[in-house]
Amino acid sequence: MGASILEVGRTGVSPIAAAQRMVARDLRLAFRKRGQLVQPLAFFAIVTTLFPLAVSPELSRLRDVAPGVIWVAALLSSLLGLEFLFRDDAHDGTLEQHALSGQSLGWLLFAKTVAHWLVTGVPLALMAPCAGLALGVPLASIGGIVASVALGSVTLSMIGAIGAALTLGVRRSGALLSLLTLPLSMPVLIFGARATELAVKGLGFAPPLYLLAALAVLGVTLAPLAAAVAVRISLE
Amino acid sequence: MAWTWFHRLGSPPHVYAIARRLTPWFGWAAAVAIVAGLYGGLLLAPPDYQQGDDFRIIYVHAPSAWMSLMVYTTMAVSAAVGLIWRMKVAHAFAASCAPIGASFTFAALVTGSLWGERMWGTYWEWDPRLTSELILLFLYLGYMGLRSAVGDIQRADRASAVLAVVGIVNVPIIHYSVLWWNSLHQAPSVMQLGRPTMPAAMLVPLLIMLLGFTLLFVALLLVRVRAEILDRERAASWVAEAVAS
Amino acid sequence: MSGFFEMGGYAAYVWPSYGLTLVVIVLNILGARRLLAKSREAARQRCAMRSER
Repeated sequence: MGASILEVGRTGVSPIAAAQRMVARDLRLAFRKRGQLVQPLAFFAIVTTLFPLAVSPELSRLRDVAPGVIWVAALLSSLLGLEFLFRDDAHDGTLEQHALSGQSLGWLLFAKTVAHWLVTGVPLALMAPCAGLALGVPLASIGGIVASVALGSVTLSMIGAIGAALTLGVRRSGALLSLLTLPLSMPVLIFGARATELAVKGLGFAPPLYLLAALAVLGVTLAPLAAAVAVRISLE
Repeated sequence: MAWTWFHRLGSPPHVYAIARRLTPWFGWAAAVAIVAGLYGGLLLAPPDYQQGDDFRIIYVHAPSAWMSLMVYTTMAVSAAVGLIWRMKVAHAFAASCAPIGASFTFAALVTGSLWGERMWGTYWEWDPRLTSELILLFLYLGYMGLRSAVGDIQRADRASAVLAVVGIVNVPIIHYSVLWWNSLHQAPSVMQLGRPTMPAAMLVPLLIMLLGFTLLFVALLLVRVRAEILDRERAASWVAEAVAS
Repeated sequence: MSGFFEMGGYAAYVWPSYGLTLVVIVLNILGARRLLAKSREAARQRCAMRSER
């Protein structure tokens, strides 16, 4: 692993190769700490379990709130691992190596964020339909739920990367991180929940999905740049 | 030569002196405009034919709402200037904006919900304007939270500046998403602020109030920015002279 | 004159709005002045300490 850290950002390595190595390295590190990997998913499952207990066990009533429940739970669980997105690398100096490597820091952070999305966003998207079925949504809506959560969580990860980079120098940053990222995530919540709702009702959910895609494109292009500026500030 | 004014704007002692000299002018102009606006709004303007005297809340609600957005824009622009040209003074301006903006956003929310209670029969309606305003308040709180969490003032300046710039990119997105979200759920609200048929007797006091609040913002900003400049100029020799009196 | 204060029956909504806005304005003015006074005092103490050394 030691070698791969140094090679990730070596000059002379093509950007694509650097990003691939970064993703592979972060995935390997993530799978070493399985506990941390499972925590957001367990949290998601628990939060969705709370709603039937609090609202009503009747599936007909739960079906109406299911899209909102799924999305609020997904939004909150995506916050959980965020604090550690750049933290370990900042502590052991790896992040500084990335900044000095000659590769674009924004590009490397983008790769890191993609790796983060692969271990948080994708499992959430796969779990969301299970939660949905438990809340009484029809089987036919599964595709729409998976698509909307997968697409929305890209943007959530990108916004989260900015927040994580900004709070790098802050101790116990969890609450602050939520305060920074949640207001920025509201458009994702709105369109994501809308797409899920339409899918549950069996209607065409393409329009809100397109808007989610637009937000994802915006996040993917701009957020890593902002995160890179923020990381450089914290390294100063 | 033409750029000397720009460089002077970046010089803390110069800005400190200018701010000190200009504060009373803006302060008193704001006081005159606000008193005139209140007189016009409360006494001269006729009651609205539909809403009666209740519409007079507009004379404090609209200026507060205007402040919330205008102050955020000012904050983001000075933050961007500070980031790009590494101007300490610009960061001082950005930092001074946040508490002012947050407090007027709060005022806009409360006056809006008081108005809403009359118009809609409930204190809180998930009206797109009120919802966006609430999110704007969260953005201000996040900005101030980040500033107070980062100990070092230079790093707090730059980190919060990134947040302000990211926020300004998001403000229109948030606004339109809330607007669309709302239109999916309910018919447009009965409130029509942008009604072009507002008679002059109602409109003129409103414009005067908007002007008064803006002048007040400038005066508050000039006072706060002096404090922020002093905090940033710890080692400078001109400070001793400036605070001697 | 009493009609003015009754605001056509909406006094309960109009006056709290004006009152709250007034409070926000006053607190802003006081807050800005106090902030400046505090920063000036801190700067003055720093200067005094430096000249002693």
